[in-house]
Amino acid sequence: MSTPLLSVEQLTVSAPGAAERVRIIDGIGLAVSPGETLALVGESGCGKSMTALAIMRLVSPPLRIHAGSRVLFEGRDILALPATEMRTVRGAQMAMIFQEPMTSLNPVTRVGAQVQEAITLHSDVSPFAARMQVIDLFEMVGIPDPHKRIDAYPHQLSGGLKQRVMIAMAMALKPRLLIADEPTTALDATIRAQILDLIRNLTANTGTAVLLITHDFGVVNELADRVAVMYAGQIVEEGTREDLLARPKHPYAQGLLKSIPRAEQRGGRLEEIQGVVPRPGQWPEGCRFHTRCPYVFDDCVFEPPARTIVSATQAARCHLLTGKALDPA
Amino acid sequence: MAAYLVRRLVYGAFTVLGVLLLLFVLFFTVTDPDDIARKAVGDRAKAEVYVQWKKNHGYDRPLFVNSEHGVADTKRYTDTLLFEHFRRMLTFDFGRSDADGTPIAKRLREGAGPSLSLTVPLFVLGLLVGVVVSLFVAFFRETYIDRSMLVVCMLAMSIAGLLYIIGGQFLVGTLLRWFPISGFDPDPAVTARFLALPVLVGLVSGFGADVRLYRTVFIEEMNRDYVRTARAKGAGDARIMVRHVLRNALIPILTNVVLAIPFLFTGALLLESFFGIPGLGSLTVEAIQSNDFATLRTMVFLGALLFIAGQLLTDISYALADPRVRLS
Ligand SMILES: Nc1ncnc2c1ncn2[C@@H]1O[C@H](COP(=O)(O)OP(=O)(O)O)[C@@H](O)[C@H]1O
Ligand code: SF4
Ligand SMILES: [Mg+2]
Repeated sequence: MSTPLLSVEQLTVSAPGAAERVRIIDGIGLAVSPGETLALVGESGCGKSMTALAIMRLVSPPLRIHAGSRVLFEGRDILALPATEMRTVRGAQMAMIFQEPMTSLNPVTRVGAQVQEAITLHSDVSPFAARMQVIDLFEMVGIPDPHKRIDAYPHQLSGGLKQRVMIAMAMALKPRLLIADEPTTALDATIRAQILDLIRNLTANTGTAVLLITHDFGVVNELADRVAVMYAGQIVEEGTREDLLARPKHPYAQGLLKSIPRAEQRGGRLEEIQGVVPRPGQWPEGCRFHTRCPYVFDDCVFEPPARTIVSATQAARCHLLTGKALDPA
Repeated sequence: MAAYLVRRLVYGAFTVLGVLLLLFVLFFTVTDPDDIARKAVGDRAKAEVYVQWKKNHGYDRPLFVNSEHGVADTKRYTDTLLFEHFRRMLTFDFGRSDADGTPIAKRLREGAGPSLSLTVPLFVLGLLVGVVVSLFVAFFRETYIDRSMLVVCMLAMSIAGLLYIIGGQFLVGTLLRWFPISGFDPDPAVTARFLALPVLVGLVSGFGADVRLYRTVFIEEMNRDYVRTARAKGAGDARIMVRHVLRNALIPILTNVVLAIPFLFTGALLLESFFGIPGLGSLTVEAIQSNDFATLRTMVFLGALLFIAGQLLTDISYALADPRVRLS
């Protein structure tokens, strides 16, 4: 693996709770190499969106990123940057598309102007030149009639078109990293494949690395180079796509994989694994997955499993890997 | 659009007719033409004067049905106070004051200037101060700046309007002697000195409620997804607050205040009468005090018309400000 473009270490975010602060994500570690696509997979409520927002430093009070968290982007810790400098990174070098295209655009501003703002915030181009760029971008993301559509208001566009506008906005400055948070979850099944293709092609052309968040292993299969599986605020397994698709080690990853055909349904609940993700503040002692794990044994209940390296590319957080129990197979 | 206008105007017409009827019934439930006449000519006036006054002002007619005329005669219903009431209002023939006989149209013309010179600055400054302060407070939400401002607002709201007037007159007028306590002068150079105190008092007494309302609107907007998108683009705080949040929040705020614009003409009841400003607010208060039905009904009628105008204006400004809204 080459030197990473993005390297996240010990990323922890908490919210105020009834008695003490409650962790929403807890010691996340991730790495994304230039041009690579890393899929971050997990059911709803695992903390995937929070991880993405924290990487963009879009976490605002009362939520807090803990001291000791590091987000190294091109080698420098952007969590330590002054706010003004962070703004030159955000939107230009790292950009983000959100899960909810219906509400992510400003309802009272024309969509072209909103994309144009992304351009003019970061470069000294004339409004006219920026507008021309927006038309090109709209063409590039497959919006029909770009000359007309730049003057449309968000409510005049379909969900799919809005998400294309968001993609145009995110890709306007050819960022080094694109974070796509479930970009197709809110869209019709027919449009999903188109949007995923679009993201793949655009980022391949510009050499943009992608952190692709999804609850759907099917998407992983199509787009990912590497995969990180998230559960209850932690990364429980990471590896190459082949590692995760052919030989997942963590019982949760195995469960996700088995549920591929059904995860297409919105919400991303699993049929293979009973129950739901425990909410922040209600994570169980020991292994956080032990309340749902089919292989649970004594140690799991009392002792949190450490991250165990399985191969040069794969690691997982499960007691089964340390030889403490009989092989489940 | 045309269909919308027609519907609005038809509703409006019914509203105005309803208000006129209600006013008539209520007024003559609590009082009657004899009281009006007695109040106008004075208790010690001779009986002939009193009878003559009633005749001159048309108050010698019955309220609803005139039984001097036969059942088949339309005069049975038209030769009544109620009919006369509607006829005068709907033809904008306001007549003369029951209290002192001056033409009401003349009083309206004279009072509009002083009223507007109080209400317009108060409205504009109030909106400006309210929006700017609440934008600031919303930006610092959940910090001590926000919390202390909320306490100030709560305190400001829990004090009665009258206390501000008396307190302001005492503090600024009597103790500090910055401005005259009350009075008015049409000369623009001097007016400002007379208006400063009532405008100040009006601002302070309205401030708390406005800031609290606008703050809520701003914070609601700040939590919306499009704000997160703007931040993800790399936009700074000031830009986000002004370009994105303010622009969206102004829609509910403006449509809220537009409703008040027509009422700038009818003046401010409390402020005008306590600061001796001879505007339409004072005129209304005097009319209530002196049982002056002719003046009072004119003010209520105009108020109803202005209310309709305000609603129309609100809808139109909504449609102009928000691209999602179409009048239909
Ligand atoms: N602002 C917040 N305050 C408190 N809890 C939050 C907040 N945002 C999200 N959460 C909680 O954190 C958990 C993870 O949320 P999220 O990152 O959105 O999960 P995912 O994207 O994986 O579905 C959820 O249980 C959610 O309720
Ligand atoms: S540690 Fe135990 S409970 Fe957790 S995933 Fe492994 S086997 Fe299951
Ligand atoms: Mg999410």
